[in-house]
Amino acid sequence: MFSLGDLYQQVIIDHTKAPRNFGKLEPCNHDAEGYNPLCGDQLHVYLQVNDEQIIEDITFEGQGCSISTASASLMTEALKGKSLSAFQGLFDAFHAMATADMDDKPNEEVLGKLAVLAGVKEFPSRIKCATLCWHTVKSAMENAAQSARTE
Amino acid sequence: MMNIERIRNDFPVLHQELYGKPLVYLDNAATTQKPQCVIDTVRHYYERDNSNIHRGVHTLSERATAAYEASRETIRAFFNAKSSKEVIFTRGTTESINLVASSWGGANIGKDDEILITHMEHHSNIVPWQMLCKRTGAILKVVPMNQAGELDMDAFASLLSERTKLLGVVQMSNALGTINPIQSMIQQAHAVGAVVLVDGAQAAAHMPVDVQALDIDFYVTSAHKMYGPTGVGVLIGKQALLEAMPPYQGGGDMILMVTFETTQYNDLPHKFEAGTPNIAGVIGFGEAIRYIQAIGFDNIVPREKVLLNYATVQAQNFDGLKQIGVAKEKACVLSFVMDGIHPHDLGTILDREAVAIRAGHHCAMPVMQFYKVPATARASFSIYNTEAEVDALFAALTKARDMFA
Ligand SMILES: Cc1ncc(COP(=O)(O)O)c(C=O)c1O
Repeated sequence: MFSLGDLYQQVIIDHTKAPRNFGKLEPCNHDAEGYNPLCGDQLHVYLQVNDEQIIEDITFEGQGCSISTASASLMTEALKGKSLSAFQGLFDAFHAMATADMDDKPNEEVLGKLAVLAGVKEFPSRIKCATLCWHTVKSAMENAAQSARTE
Repeated sequence: MMNIERIRNDFPVLHQELYGKPLVYLDNAATTQKPQCVIDTVRHYYERDNSNIHRGVHTLSERATAAYEASRETIRAFFNAKSSKEVIFTRGTTESINLVASSWGGANIGKDDEILITHMEHHSNIVPWQMLCKRTGAILKVVPMNQAGELDMDAFASLLSERTKLLGVVQMSNALGTINPIQSMIQQAHAVGAVVLVDGAQAAAHMPVDVQALDIDFYVTSAHKMYGPTGVGVLIGKQALLEAMPPYQGGGDMILMVTFETTQYNDLPHKFEAGTPNIAGVIGFGEAIRYIQAIGFDNIVPREKVLLNYATVQAQNFDGLKQIGVAKEKACVLSFVMDGIHPHDLGTILDREAVAIRAGHHCAMPVMQFYKVPATARASFSIYNTEAEVDALFAALTKARDMFA
Protein backbone atom coordinates (compact mmCIF):
# COMPACT_ATOMS: atom_id res chain seq x y z
CA MET A 1 0.00 0.00 0.00
CA PHE A 2 1.16 3.50 -0.80
CA SER A 3 1.39 5.65 2.27
CA LEU A 4 0.59 9.33 2.55
CA GLY A 5 4.31 9.98 2.42
CA ASP A 6 4.43 8.44 -1.05
CA LEU A 7 1.87 10.96 -2.24
CA TYR A 8 3.07 13.99 -0.32
CA GLN A 9 6.78 13.63 -1.01
CA GLN A 10 9.01 16.49 0.03
CA VAL A 11 9.44 17.55 -3.60
CA ILE A 12 5.69 18.00 -3.86
CA ILE A 13 5.45 19.97 -0.64
CA ASP A 14 8.32 22.18 -1.88
CA HIS A 15 6.63 22.91 -5.17
CA THR A 16 3.33 23.59 -3.38
CA LYS A 17 4.94 26.16 -1.15
CA ALA A 18 7.07 27.73 -3.85
CA PRO A 19 5.58 26.98 -7.25
CA ARG A 20 8.01 27.53 -10.14
CA ASN A 21 7.10 29.60 -13.19
CA PHE A 22 4.09 31.03 -11.41
CA GLY A 23 2.42 34.09 -12.90
CA LYS A 24 1.26 35.53 -16.18
CA LEU A 25 3.52 35.23 -19.24
CA GLU A 26 4.05 38.13 -21.64
CA PRO A 27 4.31 37.81 -24.50
CA CYS A 28 2.44 34.55 -24.90
CA ASN A 29 0.82 33.03 -27.95
CA HIS A 30 -1.08 30.14 -26.38
CA ASP A 31 -3.07 30.01 -23.18
CA ALA A 32 -5.98 28.13 -21.68
CA GLU A 33 -8.00 27.82 -18.53
CA GLY A 34 -8.40 24.51 -16.74
CA TYR A 35 -11.03 23.70 -14.18
CA ASN A 36 -11.76 20.71 -12.00
CA PRO A 37 -15.39 21.02 -10.91
CA LEU A 38 -15.04 18.38 -8.21
CA CYS A 39 -12.71 20.38 -6.00
CA GLY A 40 -12.71 23.81 -7.58
CA ASP A 41 -9.09 23.65 -8.75
CA GLN A 42 -8.62 26.34 -11.31
CA LEU A 43 -5.52 27.11 -13.29
CA HIS A 44 -4.41 29.07 -16.28
CA VAL A 45 -1.40 28.14 -18.39
CA TYR A 46 0.49 30.47 -20.70
CA LEU A 47 2.90 29.35 -23.40
CA GLN A 48 5.19 31.07 -25.84
CA VAL A 49 5.85 28.70 -28.73
CA ASN A 50 8.27 29.73 -31.45
CA ASP A 51 8.25 29.00 -35.19
CA GLU A 52 10.28 25.84 -34.69
CA GLN A 53 7.46 24.56 -32.48
CA ILE A 54 9.60 24.81 -29.37
CA ILE A 55 8.04 25.87 -26.06
CA GLU A 56 10.26 28.85 -25.31
CA ASP A 57 8.52 29.71 -22.10
CA ILE A 58 5.63 28.45 -20.01
CA THR A 59 3.99 29.68 -16.82
CA PHE A 60 0.84 29.03 -14.83
CA GLU A 61 -1.47 30.81 -12.42
CA GLY A 62 -4.37 29.72 -10.32
CA GLN A 63 -5.38 28.07 -7.12
CA GLY A 64 -5.57 24.45 -6.33
CA CYS A 65 -4.61 21.69 -3.97
CA SER A 66 -1.00 20.77 -3.43
CA ILE A 67 -1.12 17.96 -5.99
CA SER A 68 -2.44 20.18 -8.75
CA THR A 69 -0.11 23.06 -7.87
CA ALA A 70 2.98 20.86 -7.61
CA SER A 71 2.04 19.00 -10.76
CA ALA A 72 1.69 22.26 -12.72
CA SER A 73 4.93 23.59 -11.27
CA LEU A 74 6.83 20.42 -12.16
CA MET A 75 5.23 20.37 -15.59
CA THR A 76 6.39 23.88 -16.46
CA GLU A 77 9.93 22.90 -15.52
CA ALA A 78 9.71 19.80 -17.64
CA LEU A 79 8.24 21.51 -20.70
CA LYS A 80 10.39 24.60 -20.97
CA GLY A 81 12.55 24.29 -24.06
CA LYS A 82 10.80 21.13 -25.28
CA SER A 83 9.29 20.66 -28.70
CA LEU A 84 5.59 20.08 -29.19
CA SER A 85 6.18 16.48 -30.16
CA ALA A 86 8.17 15.99 -26.96
CA PHE A 87 5.17 17.45 -25.11
CA GLN A 88 2.91 14.79 -26.61
CA GLY A 89 5.32 12.07 -25.49
CA LEU A 90 5.43 13.44 -21.96
CA PHE A 91 1.65 13.86 -21.91
CA ASP A 92 1.17 10.22 -22.81
CA ALA A 93 3.78 9.01 -20.33
CA PHE A 94 2.33 11.12 -17.53
CA HIS A 95 -1.18 9.96 -18.24
CA ALA A 96 -0.04 6.35 -18.31
CA MET A 97 1.75 6.79 -14.98
CA ALA A 98 -1.25 8.38 -13.28
CA THR A 99 -3.64 5.68 -14.36
CA ALA A 100 -1.29 2.69 -14.34
CA ASP A 101 -1.73 -0.50 -12.37
CA MET A 102 -0.41 -0.34 -8.86
CA ASP A 103 2.62 -2.50 -9.59
CA ASP A 104 3.71 -0.73 -12.77
CA LYS A 105 6.83 1.34 -12.32
CA PRO A 106 6.73 4.81 -13.83
CA ASN A 107 8.88 5.34 -16.92
CA GLU A 108 11.48 7.45 -15.15
CA GLU A 109 13.64 7.69 -18.23
CA VAL A 110 10.96 9.70 -20.01
CA LEU A 111 9.34 11.31 -16.99
CA GLY A 112 12.36 12.29 -14.93
CA LYS A 113 11.33 14.36 -11.91
CA LEU A 114 7.65 14.06 -12.86
CA ALA A 115 7.77 10.49 -11.56
CA VAL A 116 7.35 11.80 -8.00
CA LEU A 117 3.65 12.09 -8.83
CA ALA A 118 3.30 8.35 -9.41
CA GLY A 119 1.70 8.07 -5.96
CA VAL A 120 -1.58 9.58 -7.16
CA LYS A 121 -2.65 6.37 -8.79
CA GLU A 122 -3.23 4.93 -5.32
CA PHE A 123 -5.60 7.85 -4.60
CA PRO A 124 -8.27 7.64 -7.30
CA SER A 125 -10.00 10.86 -6.27
CA ARG A 126 -6.74 12.75 -6.74
CA ILE A 127 -5.65 11.59 -10.19
CA LYS A 128 -7.46 14.45 -11.86
CA CYS A 129 -5.65 16.94 -9.65
CA ALA A 130 -2.37 15.78 -11.15
CA THR A 131 -3.53 15.56 -14.75
CA LEU A 132 -5.48 18.84 -14.94
CA CYS A 133 -2.46 20.97 -15.90
CA TRP A 134 -1.51 18.59 -18.69
CA HIS A 135 -4.99 18.68 -20.16
CA THR A 136 -4.91 22.45 -19.91
CA VAL A 137 -1.66 22.71 -21.87
CA LYS A 138 -3.10 20.38 -24.45
CA SER A 139 -6.12 22.57 -24.91
CA ALA A 140 -3.90 25.66 -25.02
CA MET A 141 -1.96 24.08 -27.87
CA GLU A 142 -5.17 23.25 -29.65
CA ASN A 143 -6.29 26.78 -28.85
CA ALA A 144 -9.56 25.38 -27.66
CA ALA A 145 -12.07 28.04 -26.80
CA GLN A 146 -13.56 25.89 -24.06
CA SER A 147 -11.73 25.59 -20.77
CA ALA A 148 -10.00 22.27 -20.26
CA ARG A 149 -11.55 19.57 -18.15
CA THR A 150 -10.01 16.41 -16.88
CA GLU A 151 -11.75 14.05 -19.27
CA MET B 1 -30.10 11.24 28.13
CA MET B 2 -29.02 9.44 25.02
CA ASN B 3 -26.93 6.33 25.21
CA ILE B 4 -24.49 6.95 22.36
CA GLU B 5 -22.91 3.52 22.63
CA ARG B 6 -26.31 1.91 22.13
CA ILE B 7 -27.04 4.15 19.19
CA ARG B 8 -23.67 3.34 17.63
CA ASN B 9 -24.50 -0.32 17.91
CA ASP B 10 -27.53 0.27 15.70
CA PHE B 11 -25.28 1.33 12.81
CA PRO B 12 -23.31 -1.61 11.39
CA VAL B 13 -21.20 0.51 9.02
CA LEU B 14 -19.57 2.36 11.91
CA HIS B 15 -17.90 -0.78 13.16
CA GLN B 16 -15.05 -1.13 10.72
CA GLU B 17 -11.45 -0.12 10.31
CA LEU B 18 -9.82 1.77 7.46
CA TYR B 19 -6.05 1.56 7.12
CA GLY B 20 -5.94 -0.16 10.50
CA LYS B 21 -7.79 2.60 12.33
CA PRO B 22 -11.42 2.77 13.44
CA LEU B 23 -13.65 4.63 10.99
CA VAL B 24 -14.61 8.13 12.11
CA TYR B 25 -17.52 9.14 9.92
CA LEU B 26 -17.94 12.93 9.88
CA ASP B 27 -19.61 13.41 6.52
CA ASN B 28 -23.17 13.28 7.77
CA ALA B 29 -24.26 16.39 5.93
CA ALA B 30 -23.58 14.54 2.69
CA THR B 31 -25.47 11.47 3.82
CA THR B 32 -26.07 9.75 7.13
CA GLN B 33 -25.45 6.11 7.89
CA LYS B 34 -28.35 3.68 8.13
CA PRO B 35 -29.43 1.86 11.28
CA GLN B 36 -29.98 -1.88 11.22
CA CYS B 37 -33.76 -1.45 11.49
CA VAL B 38 -33.86 0.48 8.20
CA ILE B 39 -31.63 -2.06 6.48
CA ASP B 40 -33.82 -4.86 7.82
CA THR B 41 -37.02 -3.15 6.72
CA VAL B 42 -35.80 -2.70 3.16
CA ARG B 43 -34.57 -6.25 3.16
CA HIS B 44 -37.85 -7.56 4.54
CA TYR B 45 -39.73 -5.84 1.75
CA TYR B 46 -37.57 -7.48 -0.91
CA GLU B 47 -37.58 -10.86 0.82
CA ARG B 48 -41.25 -11.10 1.76
CA ASP B 49 -43.45 -8.39 0.26
CA ASN B 50 -41.88 -7.38 -3.05
CA SER B 51 -44.55 -6.47 -5.59
CA ASN B 52 -45.92 -3.37 -7.23
CA ILE B 53 -48.27 -1.11 -5.31
CA HIS B 54 -51.73 0.22 -6.07
CA ARG B 55 -52.04 -2.32 -8.88
CA GLY B 56 -52.54 -5.85 -7.70
CA VAL B 57 -55.32 -7.51 -5.80
CA HIS B 58 -52.99 -10.22 -4.64
CA THR B 59 -51.66 -10.47 -1.12
CA LEU B 60 -48.12 -9.30 -1.72
CA SER B 61 -49.29 -6.20 -3.53
CA GLU B 62 -51.68 -5.44 -0.73
CA ARG B 63 -48.92 -5.83 1.85
CA ALA B 64 -46.55 -3.63 -0.14
CA THR B 65 -49.24 -1.01 -0.67
CA ALA B 66 -50.11 -1.01 3.01
CA ALA B 67 -46.47 -0.58 4.03
CA TYR B 68 -45.94 2.17 1.45
CA GLU B 69 -49.03 4.09 2.58
CA ALA B 70 -48.14 3.53 6.23
CA SER B 71 -44.86 5.37 5.53
CA ARG B 72 -46.83 8.24 4.10
CA GLU B 73 -48.81 8.49 7.31
CA THR B 74 -45.65 8.24 9.45
CA ILE B 75 -44.07 11.06 7.51
CA ARG B 76 -47.24 13.15 7.62
CA ALA B 77 -47.32 12.85 11.39
CA PHE B 78 -43.60 13.54 11.75
CA PHE B 79 -43.89 16.88 9.97
CA ASN B 80 -47.46 17.48 11.17
CA ALA B 81 -48.90 17.91 7.69
CA LYS B 82 -52.65 18.33 7.70
CA SER B 83 -53.39 15.38 5.45
CA SER B 84 -51.49 12.50 3.90
CA LYS B 85 -52.71 13.88 0.56
CA GLU B 86 -50.13 16.59 1.09
CA VAL B 87 -47.25 14.10 1.29
CA ILE B 88 -45.73 13.36 -2.10
CA PHE B 89 -42.87 10.94 -2.48
CA THR B 90 -40.07 11.95 -4.83
CA ARG B 91 -36.51 10.97 -5.60
CA GLY B 92 -35.30 13.48 -3.01
CA THR B 93 -34.96 17.16 -2.26
CA THR B 94 -33.66 17.92 -5.73
CA GLU B 95 -36.61 16.35 -7.47
CA SER B 96 -39.06 17.92 -5.02
CA ILE B 97 -37.75 21.40 -5.82
CA ASN B 98 -37.76 20.71 -9.54
CA LEU B 99 -41.34 19.50 -9.24
CA VAL B 100 -42.42 22.76 -7.62
CA ALA B 101 -40.36 24.95 -9.97
CA SER B 102 -41.72 23.15 -12.98
CA SER B 103 -45.35 22.56 -12.02
CA TRP B 104 -46.19 25.41 -9.65
CA GLY B 105 -43.69 27.74 -11.30
CA GLY B 106 -44.93 26.99 -14.79
CA ALA B 107 -48.50 27.80 -13.77
CA ASN B 108 -47.84 30.82 -11.56
CA ILE B 109 -44.70 32.62 -12.69
CA GLY B 110 -44.59 35.13 -15.51
CA LYS B 111 -42.40 37.84 -16.91
CA ASP B 112 -40.95 40.28 -14.34
CA ASP B 113 -42.22 38.26 -11.40
CA GLU B 114 -39.54 37.86 -8.75
CA ILE B 115 -38.26 34.71 -7.12
CA LEU B 116 -36.30 35.33 -3.97
CA ILE B 117 -33.68 32.89 -2.71
CA THR B 118 -30.72 33.32 -0.37
CA HIS B 119 -26.96 33.44 -0.79
CA MET B 120 -26.54 30.18 1.11
CA GLU B 121 -28.78 27.92 -0.98
CA HIS B 122 -27.66 24.53 -2.21
CA HIS B 123 -27.39 24.38 -6.01
CA SER B 124 -30.63 22.38 -6.00
CA ASN B 125 -32.47 25.45 -4.69
CA ILE B 126 -30.78 27.80 -7.17
CA VAL B 127 -30.63 26.12 -10.56
CA PRO B 128 -34.30 25.05 -10.92
CA TRP B 129 -35.31 28.68 -10.24
CA GLN B 130 -32.75 29.99 -12.71
CA MET B 131 -34.16 27.61 -15.29
CA LEU B 132 -37.68 28.80 -14.49
CA CYS B 133 -36.59 32.44 -14.82
CA LYS B 134 -35.02 31.69 -18.16
CA ARG B 135 -38.23 30.09 -19.41
CA THR B 136 -40.57 32.79 -18.13
CA GLY B 137 -38.61 36.04 -17.98
CA ALA B 138 -38.95 36.16 -14.20
CA ILE B 139 -36.17 37.66 -12.09
CA LEU B 140 -34.07 35.86 -9.50
CA LYS B 141 -33.21 37.92 -6.41
CA VAL B 142 -30.81 36.89 -3.67
CA VAL B 143 -30.89 37.68 0.05
CA PRO B 144 -27.32 38.55 1.09
CA MET B 145 -25.53 37.25 4.17
CA ASN B 146 -22.90 38.55 6.58
CA GLN B 147 -19.40 37.25 7.36
CA ALA B 148 -20.72 35.05 10.15
CA GLY B 149 -22.92 33.27 7.64
CA GLU B 150 -26.23 34.74 8.74
CA LEU B 151 -28.85 36.17 6.41
CA ASP B 152 -29.18 39.93 6.33
CA MET B 153 -32.75 40.27 7.58
CA ASP B 154 -32.98 43.98 6.80
CA ALA B 155 -31.99 43.31 3.23
CA PHE B 156 -34.48 40.45 3.16
CA ALA B 157 -37.30 42.75 4.24
CA SER B 158 -36.40 45.33 1.62
CA LEU B 159 -36.17 42.72 -1.15
CA LEU B 160 -39.73 41.59 -0.50
CA SER B 161 -42.45 43.27 -2.53
CA GLU B 162 -45.70 42.37 -4.21
CA ARG B 163 -43.58 41.28 -7.19
CA THR B 164 -42.12 38.51 -5.01
CA LYS B 165 -44.00 35.37 -5.97
CA LEU B 166 -41.89 32.77 -4.22
CA LEU B 167 -39.33 32.64 -1.44
CA GLY B 168 -36.98 29.64 -1.50
CA VAL B 169 -34.97 29.31 1.68
CA VAL B 170 -32.77 26.67 3.22
CA GLN B 171 -33.72 25.86 6.81
CA MET B 172 -30.20 24.74 7.72
CA SER B 173 -27.24 25.41 5.45
CA ASN B 174 -25.19 22.36 4.52
CA ALA B 175 -22.10 24.46 3.84
CA LEU B 176 -22.20 26.60 6.99
CA GLY B 177 -24.54 24.93 9.46
CA THR B 178 -26.54 28.16 9.81
CA ILE B 179 -30.14 27.72 10.97
CA ASN B 180 -32.23 30.41 9.34
CA PRO B 181 -35.12 32.21 11.07
CA ILE B 182 -37.69 30.66 8.76
CA GLN B 183 -40.69 31.41 10.95
CA SER B 184 -40.21 35.15 10.65
CA MET B 185 -39.21 34.88 6.99
CA ILE B 186 -42.36 32.93 6.16
CA GLN B 187 -44.55 35.49 7.91
CA GLN B 188 -42.93 38.36 6.05
CA ALA B 189 -43.12 36.56 2.72
CA HIS B 190 -46.77 35.70 3.25
CA ALA B 191 -47.47 39.34 4.09
CA VAL B 192 -46.57 40.28 0.51
CA GLY B 193 -48.44 37.31 -0.91
CA ALA B 194 -45.43 35.13 -1.74
CA VAL B 195 -45.44 31.36 -1.52
CA VAL B 196 -42.59 29.82 0.51
CA LEU B 197 -40.53 26.72 -0.21
CA VAL B 198 -38.35 25.55 2.66
CA ASP B 199 -35.38 23.28 1.86
CA GLY B 200 -35.23 20.96 4.84
CA ALA B 201 -32.61 18.58 3.44
CA GLN B 202 -30.16 19.33 6.25
CA ALA B 203 -32.52 20.37 8.99
CA ALA B 204 -35.01 17.52 9.11
CA ALA B 205 -32.75 15.08 10.97
CA HIS B 206 -31.65 17.66 13.52
CA MET B 207 -34.72 19.56 14.68
CA PRO B 208 -38.49 19.15 14.85
CA VAL B 209 -40.48 20.72 12.04
CA ASP B 210 -44.19 21.47 12.17
CA VAL B 211 -45.28 22.55 8.71
CA GLN B 212 -48.66 23.76 9.96
CA ALA B 213 -47.33 25.80 12.88
CA LEU B 214 -44.73 27.36 10.57
CA ASP B 215 -47.33 27.77 7.81
CA ILE B 216 -44.93 26.31 5.24
CA ASP B 217 -46.33 26.12 1.70
CA PHE B 218 -43.79 23.63 0.34
CA TYR B 219 -41.39 21.63 2.49
CA VAL B 220 -38.82 19.38 0.85
CA THR B 221 -36.31 16.91 2.23
CA SER B 222 -34.38 13.70 1.49
CA ALA B 223 -34.57 10.40 3.37
CA HIS B 224 -30.86 9.68 3.02
CA LYS B 225 -29.91 12.56 5.29
CA MET B 226 -32.26 11.22 7.97
CA TYR B 227 -30.89 7.66 8.32
CA GLY B 228 -33.07 6.46 5.47
CA PRO B 229 -32.31 5.06 2.01
CA THR B 230 -30.96 7.05 -0.93
CA GLY B 231 -33.14 7.91 -3.89
CA VAL B 232 -36.23 8.86 -1.94
CA GLY B 233 -37.52 12.07 -0.45
CA VAL B 234 -40.63 14.03 0.01
CA LEU B 235 -42.51 17.14 -1.02
CA ILE B 236 -45.03 18.30 1.53
CA GLY B 237 -47.29 20.92 0.02
CA LYS B 238 -50.46 22.64 1.07
CA GLN B 239 -53.38 20.80 -0.44
CA ALA B 240 -54.93 23.85 -2.10
CA LEU B 241 -51.66 24.64 -3.86
CA LEU B 242 -51.12 21.05 -4.96
CA GLU B 243 -54.70 20.69 -6.21
CA ALA B 244 -54.27 23.72 -8.43
CA MET B 245 -50.94 22.57 -9.88
CA PRO B 246 -50.68 20.63 -13.14
CA PRO B 247 -49.00 17.20 -12.97
CA TYR B 248 -45.21 17.12 -13.12
CA GLN B 249 -44.77 13.87 -15.01
CA GLY B 250 -47.29 11.77 -16.87
CA GLY B 251 -47.58 8.02 -16.68
CA GLY B 252 -49.00 5.20 -14.66
CA ASP B 253 -50.54 5.71 -11.22
CA MET B 254 -51.12 9.42 -11.76
CA ILE B 255 -54.27 8.87 -13.83
CA LEU B 256 -57.87 7.91 -13.22
CA MET B 257 -58.92 7.48 -16.81
CA VAL B 258 -56.98 7.57 -20.03
CA THR B 259 -58.25 7.68 -23.58
CA PHE B 260 -56.35 8.95 -26.60
CA GLU B 261 -58.40 12.11 -26.50
CA THR B 262 -57.95 13.03 -22.86
CA THR B 263 -56.73 11.94 -19.48
CA GLN B 264 -58.31 12.46 -16.12
CA TYR B 265 -55.64 12.88 -13.48
CA ASN B 266 -55.63 10.96 -10.25
CA ASP B 267 -56.26 12.61 -6.89
CA LEU B 268 -53.55 13.80 -4.55
CA PRO B 269 -51.01 12.61 -3.72
CA HIS B 270 -50.97 10.15 -6.63
CA LYS B 271 -51.26 12.91 -9.22
CA PHE B 272 -47.61 13.68 -8.55
CA GLU B 273 -46.35 10.11 -8.25
CA ALA B 274 -46.18 8.90 -11.84
CA GLY B 275 -44.70 5.49 -12.44
CA THR B 276 -43.53 2.80 -10.05
CA PRO B 277 -41.94 4.67 -7.16
CA ASN B 278 -39.01 3.71 -4.96
CA ILE B 279 -41.21 1.37 -2.93
CA ALA B 280 -38.45 -0.13 -0.81
CA GLY B 281 -37.02 3.33 -0.28
CA VAL B 282 -40.30 4.79 0.90
CA ILE B 283 -40.86 1.91 3.29
CA GLY B 284 -37.31 2.31 4.60
CA PHE B 285 -37.87 6.07 4.93
CA GLY B 286 -40.83 5.41 7.22
CA GLU B 287 -38.71 3.16 9.40
CA ALA B 288 -35.96 5.80 9.57
CA ILE B 289 -38.51 8.32 10.80
CA ARG B 290 -39.69 5.90 13.47
CA TYR B 291 -36.06 5.46 14.49
CA ILE B 292 -35.67 9.22 14.96
CA GLN B 293 -38.95 9.38 16.84
CA ALA B 294 -37.85 6.61 19.19
CA ILE B 295 -34.78 8.61 20.18
CA GLY B 296 -36.67 11.89 20.15
CA PHE B 297 -35.63 15.43 19.30
CA ASP B 298 -35.78 16.25 23.03
CA ASN B 299 -32.67 14.13 23.27
CA ILE B 300 -31.14 14.73 19.85
CA VAL B 301 -31.10 18.55 19.83
CA PRO B 302 -29.23 19.08 23.14
CA ARG B 303 -26.83 16.22 22.48
CA GLU B 304 -25.86 17.49 19.03
CA LYS B 305 -25.39 20.96 20.48
CA VAL B 306 -22.98 19.67 23.09
CA LEU B 307 -20.94 17.87 20.47
CA LEU B 308 -20.81 20.85 18.10
CA ASN B 309 -19.71 23.08 20.98
CA TYR B 310 -17.01 20.59 21.88
CA ALA B 311 -15.71 20.64 18.31
CA THR B 312 -16.05 24.41 17.98
CA VAL B 313 -13.91 25.08 21.04
CA GLN B 314 -11.17 22.85 19.64
CA ALA B 315 -11.44 24.59 16.29
CA GLN B 316 -11.09 28.00 17.92
CA ASN B 317 -7.91 26.89 19.65
CA PHE B 318 -6.36 25.22 16.63
CA ASP B 319 -3.51 27.24 15.11
CA GLY B 320 -3.97 28.07 11.46
CA LEU B 321 -7.62 26.99 11.29
CA LYS B 322 -10.30 29.42 10.21
CA GLN B 323 -13.94 28.51 10.60
CA ILE B 324 -16.25 29.30 7.71
CA GLY B 325 -19.69 29.96 9.14
CA VAL B 326 -20.00 31.03 12.76
CA ALA B 327 -23.67 31.92 12.90
CA LYS B 328 -25.19 32.24 16.36
CA GLU B 329 -27.82 29.71 15.38
CA LYS B 330 -26.16 26.70 13.84
CA ALA B 331 -26.06 22.94 14.08
CA CYS B 332 -23.85 19.96 13.37
CA VAL B 333 -21.54 21.52 10.78
CA LEU B 334 -17.92 22.61 11.23
CA SER B 335 -16.73 24.10 7.96
CA PHE B 336 -13.18 25.45 7.83
CA VAL B 337 -10.04 26.22 5.89
CA MET B 338 -6.45 25.87 7.06
CA ASP B 339 -3.47 28.08 6.32
CA GLY B 340 -1.32 26.63 3.57
CA ILE B 341 -3.27 23.39 3.16
CA HIS B 342 -5.92 23.04 0.50
CA PRO B 343 -9.12 21.33 1.73
CA HIS B 344 -8.67 18.63 -0.87
CA ASP B 345 -5.32 17.69 0.63
CA LEU B 346 -6.87 17.70 4.08
CA GLY B 347 -9.53 15.32 2.81
CA THR B 348 -6.94 12.86 1.55
CA ILE B 349 -4.72 13.08 4.62
CA LEU B 350 -7.65 12.67 7.01
CA ASP B 351 -8.95 9.74 5.00
CA ARG B 352 -5.71 7.87 5.68
CA GLU B 353 -6.37 8.48 9.36
CA ALA B 354 -9.80 6.90 8.75
CA VAL B 355 -11.52 10.26 9.32
CA ALA B 356 -14.13 10.87 6.62
CA ILE B 357 -14.89 14.54 5.97
CA ARG B 358 -16.06 16.42 2.91
CA ALA B 359 -13.74 18.72 1.00
CA GLY B 360 -15.14 20.86 -1.75
CA HIS B 361 -17.73 23.46 -2.54
CA HIS B 362 -20.60 21.51 -0.97
CA CYS B 363 -22.87 22.26 -3.94
CA ALA B 364 -22.95 25.84 -2.70
CA MET B 365 -20.47 27.63 -4.96
CA PRO B 366 -21.93 31.08 -4.22
CA VAL B 367 -21.03 30.52 -0.56
CA MET B 368 -17.44 29.75 -1.57
CA GLN B 369 -17.41 32.87 -3.75
CA PHE B 370 -18.66 34.93 -0.81
CA TYR B 371 -15.80 33.82 1.41
CA LYS B 372 -13.34 33.92 -1.52
CA VAL B 373 -12.22 30.34 -0.97
CA PRO B 374 -12.18 27.64 -3.65
CA ALA B 375 -13.45 25.05 -1.20
CA THR B 376 -13.74 24.26 2.47
CA ALA B 377 -13.18 21.20 4.60
CA ARG B 378 -16.34 20.21 6.43
CA ALA B 379 -16.83 17.91 9.37
CA SER B 380 -20.52 17.27 10.01
CA PHE B 381 -21.94 15.47 12.99
CA SER B 382 -24.80 13.18 13.78
CA ILE B 383 -26.43 11.37 16.68
CA TYR B 384 -23.83 8.62 16.72
CA ASN B 385 -20.70 10.79 16.80
CA THR B 386 -18.64 11.05 19.95
CA GLU B 387 -16.20 13.42 21.61
CA ALA B 388 -13.49 10.83 20.98
CA GLU B 389 -14.21 11.11 17.26
CA VAL B 390 -13.86 14.89 17.42
CA ASP B 391 -10.51 14.31 19.12
CA ALA B 392 -9.52 11.97 16.28
CA LEU B 393 -10.44 14.68 13.79
CA PHE B 394 -8.16 17.21 15.45
CA ALA B 395 -5.36 14.68 15.89
CA ALA B 396 -5.53 14.06 12.14
CA LEU B 397 -5.57 17.80 11.44
CA THR B 398 -2.45 18.15 13.57
CA LYS B 399 -0.80 15.48 11.45
CA ALA B 400 -1.76 17.33 8.28
CA ARG B 401 -0.41 20.58 9.66
CA ASP B 402 2.87 18.90 10.51
CA MET B 403 3.18 17.42 7.03
CA PHE B 404 2.89 20.82 5.44
CA ALA B 405 4.95 22.61 8.08
C1 LIG C 1 -29.32 22.02 1.99
C2 LIG C 1 -29.46 20.98 0.93
N1 LIG C 1 -30.38 21.12 -0.03
C3 LIG C 1 -30.54 20.21 -0.98
C4 LIG C 1 -29.77 19.08 -1.06
C5 LIG C 1 -30.00 18.12 -2.17
O1 LIG C 1 -30.44 16.90 -1.68
P1 LIG C 1 -30.49 15.61 -2.60
O2 LIG C 1 -29.16 15.51 -3.26
O3 LIG C 1 -30.78 14.51 -1.66
O4 LIG C 1 -31.58 15.82 -3.61
C6 LIG C 1 -28.79 18.89 -0.09
C7 LIG C 1 -27.92 17.71 -0.15
O5 LIG C 1 -26.73 17.78 -0.33
C8 LIG C 1 -28.63 19.87 0.93
O6 LIG C 1 -27.69 19.72 1.86
